Amino acid sequence: MNKSKLYPWYFAIGAIAIYTVLSVLPGVIGIGYSFTDWSAYSKELHFVGFKNFAEVFKGSGDYLKYIKNTLLLTVVTTIFKTVLGLFLAVILSSHIKFQNFHRGVMYMPSILPILVTGLVFTSILNPKNGFLNELLRAIGLGGLAQKWLVDPQIAFGSVMGVDIWRGTGYIMTMMIAGIAAIPKVYYEAAAIDGANAWQKFRNITLPMLRQTIAVCVVLNVLYGLKVFDMVYALTNGGPGHRTEVMYTAVFKMFSKGLYAEGTTISSVMFLFMIFIGYFMVKILTKDEVVE
Amino acid sequence: MKTKRIIQATIQNIIAWMVSLTVIVPMLLIIINAFKSDGEVMQMNLTLPKVWNFSNFATVIEKGKLLQSFFNSLLYAGAATVIAITLACMAAYVFSRRRTKGFNAVYMYVILGMVIPVNYVALMKVMQTLHLNNNALGIILLYVAMQTPFSVFLIYGFVSKLPVELDEAAVIDGCGPCTLFFRIIFPLLKPAIVTAAVLCFLNTWNEFVMPLYFLNSSEKWPMTLAVYNFFGQYEMSWHLICADVLLTCAPVLIIYLLGQKYIVGGQTAGAVKG
Repeated sequence: MNKSKLYPWYFAIGAIAIYTVLSVLPGVIGIGYSFTDWSAYSKELHFVGFKNFAEVFKGSGDYLKYIKNTLLLTVVTTIFKTVLGLFLAVILSSHIKFQNFHRGVMYMPSILPILVTGLVFTSILNPKNGFLNELLRAIGLGGLAQKWLVDPQIAFGSVMGVDIWRGTGYIMTMMIAGIAAIPKVYYEAAAIDGANAWQKFRNITLPMLRQTIAVCVVLNVLYGLKVFDMVYALTNGGPGHRTEVMYTAVFKMFSKGLYAEGTTISSVMFLFMIFIGYFMVKILTKDEVVE
Repeated sequence: MKTKRIIQATIQNIIAWMVSLTVIVPMLLIIINAFKSDGEVMQMNLTLPKVWNFSNFATVIEKGKLLQSFFNSLLYAGAATVIAITLACMAAYVFSRRRTKGFNAVYMYVILGMVIPVNYVALMKVMQTLHLNNNALGIILLYVAMQTPFSVFLIYGFVSKLPVELDEAAVIDGCGPCTLFFRIIFPLLKPAIVTAAVLCFLNTWNEFVMPLYFLNSSEKWPMTLAVYNFFGQYEMSWHLICADVLLTCAPVLIIYLLGQKYIVGGQTAGAVKG
């Protein structure tokens, strides 16, 4: 059977072409533009060498703070979503009443537009008359009421909290699917040997879920590094750049016409993600590569 | 032993309800307040409206130009889904059937798109050069480019499960490559295609960053961007914002309820192996 005739290469050309031109090409030429003084106001481009990169990585600059914020959000939300997701998955995999109802409800935040979720939470977290503070006051915990998105000390924590609320259900659903794929005989054998719930979890569930957990971590990290919608809707980087992440910073530079700075930050991300992305794709496609 | 199990089950039920309530309460909040009148909504809370005000929705549709943006969203998400899934199917099919070193490398190159970040600033340059800035076709093609890697990845796994003998039999019966793909393979991929299409549609419906960067004129905005703009204009009118939010989320929720099986199946694909 002649494979090249039966499965012609031009079948793949449409997907490859559109993807290359609109996804890869901007990343590549963006690196080129990072070495120029490109802006909305410049008539012609000048080569400036590593000046933009030096600006990004100089210790005193704001950019480094945005990178740190992005990494912090990525690490914190990944840990919380993964641990909480696993915890809820274990609970919702046991014989609990209204199992499917709980699963469906908890999953729901992750299919709604992130932007809309963020907007709704700006109301809920409003310090004066937001629902959360009103609720805390109503049940006598008024002391816990905070200026959630306004207080510079806790704004970033609030942003991460809302994002964890939004993303945990999705991870939980993945974990539930992973747990469902574990053969029941393992648990039965363990029960005969007198293992308790913790031992079963520690010695069966956790090792059997290794691939699922790896995929969840990868997806969470990818989401965290690229986060934009949530921060844009909740705080737009404020107060005073306290919650600024890389993509919100890029959008601000874009709006101001500071194209060279915007493309430099994007390029730093691009190179970083290509590097770690290769390993992440390996994890995501693990058993296909073996096939 | 038995009491211990009952206590454990009770605690599990309580936790499940508490977590579910953190989702249900905000949703109720939106639904209830969408029906309140102007004066009642100074505070967003769970007290029921005195009169259920359906006129809020009419107001929002008119003031927020929701009809226009609804059809924009439908066009962008619909067209992008059809194009992306068709192209992704054809590509995944070729990658999966021809596993030479070269094709494997190209497959990896395409699915690397699941991780690489978009350089919006340089993308603007590309869009301008191609005359795709600020037009519908540009947004649709951008969405195709964004959705292709995951769709290829998802469908690739399904194609691998179709036996090659099928192709051989079809060729013996006189099928060319195009008939083989469109008449034999494509129909057999239906479950994968539905899953990929539902996810692609949801993702593009919910997206708003591309229009934020590349659509300047408000009559081209999709629903997500329209609701954000509406929020800016009517910051205090939470009854209208809630109504707007409900209308924006309604299509997503309907698709979720109808296609839950496909969404969950597609999103968990890849996580449940080995």
